[in-house]
Amino acid sequence: MTTPAPNTSATISVLVENEAGVLARVIGLFSGRGYNIDSLTVAPVDDGRGRSRINIVTSGTEMVIEQIKAQLDRLVPVHRVSDLTREGPHIAREMALIKVCSTGNDRAEALRLADAFRARVVDATTGSFVFEMTGSTEKLDAFVELMRPLGLAEVSRTGVAAIARGTRVI
Amino acid sequence: MSQTLAAPAIPPAADLQSGAEVLLRALKDQGVEVIFGYPGGSVLPIYDAIFQQNAIRHILVRHEQAAVHAAEGYARSTGKVGVVLVTSGPGATNAVTGLVDALMDSIPVVCLTGQVPTHLIGNDAFQEADTTGITRPATKHNYLVKKSEDLARIVHEAFYVARSGRPGPVVIDLPKDILIGKAPYQAIPETPHRSYRPATDPDPAQIARAVAAMKAAKRPIVYFGGGVINAGAAGALTRFVRKTGFPCTGTLMGLGAYPSNDPQFLGMLGMHGTYEANLSMHGCDVMLNVGARFDDRVTGRLNAFSPGSTKIHVDIDPSSINKNVRVDIPVIGDAGVVLEALIAAWDAHPAPSDTQSVAAWWRQIAEWRGIDCLKFTQTQGRGDTIKPQYAVQRLYDITRELGRETFISTEVGQHQMWAAQYFRFDQPNHWMTSGGLGTMGYGLPAAMGVQIAHPDALVIDIAGEASILMNIQEMATLAQYRLPVKVFILNNQYMGMVRQWQELLHGGRYSESYSEALPDFVRLAEAFHGVGMRAESVDQLDDVIRAMIASPKAVIADICVDQKENCFPMIPSGAAHNEMILGAGHNQRAASITDEGLVLV
Ligand SMILES: Cc1ncc(C[n+]2csc(CCOP(=O)(O)OP(=O)(O)O)c2C)c(N)n1
Repeated sequence: MTTPAPNTSATISVLVENEAGVLARVIGLFSGRGYNIDSLTVAPVDDGRGRSRINIVTSGTEMVIEQIKAQLDRLVPVHRVSDLTREGPHIAREMALIKVCSTGNDRAEALRLADAFRARVVDATTGSFVFEMTGSTEKLDAFVELMRPLGLAEVSRTGVAAIARGTRVI
Repeated sequence: MSQTLAAPAIPPAADLQSGAEVLLRALKDQGVEVIFGYPGGSVLPIYDAIFQQNAIRHILVRHEQAAVHAAEGYARSTGKVGVVLVTSGPGATNAVTGLVDALMDSIPVVCLTGQVPTHLIGNDAFQEADTTGITRPATKHNYLVKKSEDLARIVHEAFYVARSGRPGPVVIDLPKDILIGKAPYQAIPETPHRSYRPATDPDPAQIARAVAAMKAAKRPIVYFGGGVINAGAAGALTRFVRKTGFPCTGTLMGLGAYPSNDPQFLGMLGMHGTYEANLSMHGCDVMLNVGARFDDRVTGRLNAFSPGSTKIHVDIDPSSINKNVRVDIPVIGDAGVVLEALIAAWDAHPAPSDTQSVAAWWRQIAEWRGIDCLKFTQTQGRGDTIKPQYAVQRLYDITRELGRETFISTEVGQHQMWAAQYFRFDQPNHWMTSGGLGTMGYGLPAAMGVQIAHPDALVIDIAGEASILMNIQEMATLAQYRLPVKVFILNNQYMGMVRQWQELLHGGRYSESYSEALPDFVRLAEAFHGVGMRAESVDQLDDVIRAMIASPKAVIADICVDQKENCFPMIPSGAAHNEMILGAGHNQRAASITDEGLVLV
């Protein structure tokens, strides 16, 4: 028996023509072929040419990741596919809004930790905080875990935006 | 609001035509001569425009699925883009099977679908369907025309996308208000497409690596698929194979890309491929795959597929590379361009090929060939049952003897495999079969499309009695346009391929695979204004074939064949190439079907 190939993660940025249905095409490709989407963001990137950038965090074997890139690249409205994870150093960030409902010590502890994590308080009532935090997925995950026993009520995350370091552009 | 953007150059109103007229003009500029279609409310403006012109011929089919298969047959036999026109809602949903069929087999088709007017989209209006949503995974690409000024551009783009790179079906969804309203015309653009520009020229370094590997090969094999036919590269393939002296084998889709009667051709490979083709694939040390995709029907069990060989894969579609099988030397490009580059590099390469080892390899192949895996026994007594293989073989012999240009389409099942095994194709574009999707009901409409494109040729649909009923209504289309298509039914009164699997894998429990209550095909042909004939025993076969071919009309020839015949050789699902089952009369142990294999189709 051959051992199954290990899964790795990949952050892929896709530059697409900003036309109707393009996101459905990308998502349909992933669901139709059974690929994972760990995170997905999409927004127009203002380059004056009507393009959008889709950032996808996915995981799979090396062979699957190569497939994903090739499949994305052959979609008609796709301009460029860039595997940020494999093409060099890159930065990946997401933003989260985190609502914590608590009083007393828990409330004070939540605020202390938020400060340590450089999360901003963007809304406060006597019984709640909403923290805004930007960072790597791991940092956000860690903060959310810390908030869990301290009255974590709701989380809203943007998903990952990613870009290559240095002068390299996709 | 003031207009700040530069307005597109819209000609004065006098120069504007209706959307439907612009559509037809764009089709004409794309060289379209024939549309296969079926009318309905949302496309009436197009039908009105068709009525008022003579450049484009409309063929009225009897079911939208058949329109797409007809367009596929047209496309495959001519190398042009096939065009389909259907109405919104049920017209579009009926076309979906055909679209997926074209997608799986990489056939260029443009399908125009009607749509409710833009202001009603999303309202569950009468005969509204989310056509772009439904057909997104069924097409290579699709468009919804929302603005009149986009119409002409989209039509041109659709043709470009359908035929470029790996070809495929493209849908254009046309709301009725766009068809009625005025629209500007735009000529075919000369600038390249914004984003879709598939590479056709291979990387020279990969060509050099490929040639180096082949020059050193001791046990080489060339394995080709439908990509060679799509690229119009059959001639280049033949020259390359002859130059190297290597053995070659083809997929179901590739048949005809290399002359089947040539001694270097080992026959089809895969599940029902020949013994020599499959064992050569298993035992080779260098494999050159041109325009094929390592489909599961071809590879059998993946982890036992051609172990230890250096694999070179030539494909226009980078996503075909390393999808199923890890390859050593990927070459991305158009099959024709790549083959020419391989020929040039082969000639330029200083090293001679290892002719001694290759000669020894040919001796091994000759031994495998000696098994004669396609042999069968046909007794010739009066009243003896016809073997289906024999029926195809006679059909081949007689058409060959008559020397008429012959096109063959098939339905899906055992008859399809027998056609692939016993009919021999010496030219590309003469064999139309549903390979990837395996669509029963493909053959008759596909033959119809072929006959439209080649009015004087002999076009035969080799059919099964179950499959033919799936698009039998097209007999009416044949009658209307006087298309003399011949339907050659290998009537075994079973869904034979299903029966075969039930015999081999499900303990002979023939659940629902008997073709109960069949129509009388002779009278059926007559009811459709055609000619019906029947051969019940071997002594009647040749006369029926000759009469069928001689008839100037559409014919259904009902060939009653052995009900229990199985299609061999066979690589059972989940087995490796060297675990092939041969037919009766070959003493060889049967490969066992594993539990893993049982879940495969
Ligand atoms: C539309 C469709 N439905 C079901 C199948 C599954 N299927 C494959 S072969 C076959 C039997 C075909 O029987 P027939 O046309 O009589 O051909 P034979 O195998 O007997 O030659 C069936 C049901 C299919 N391929 N296509």
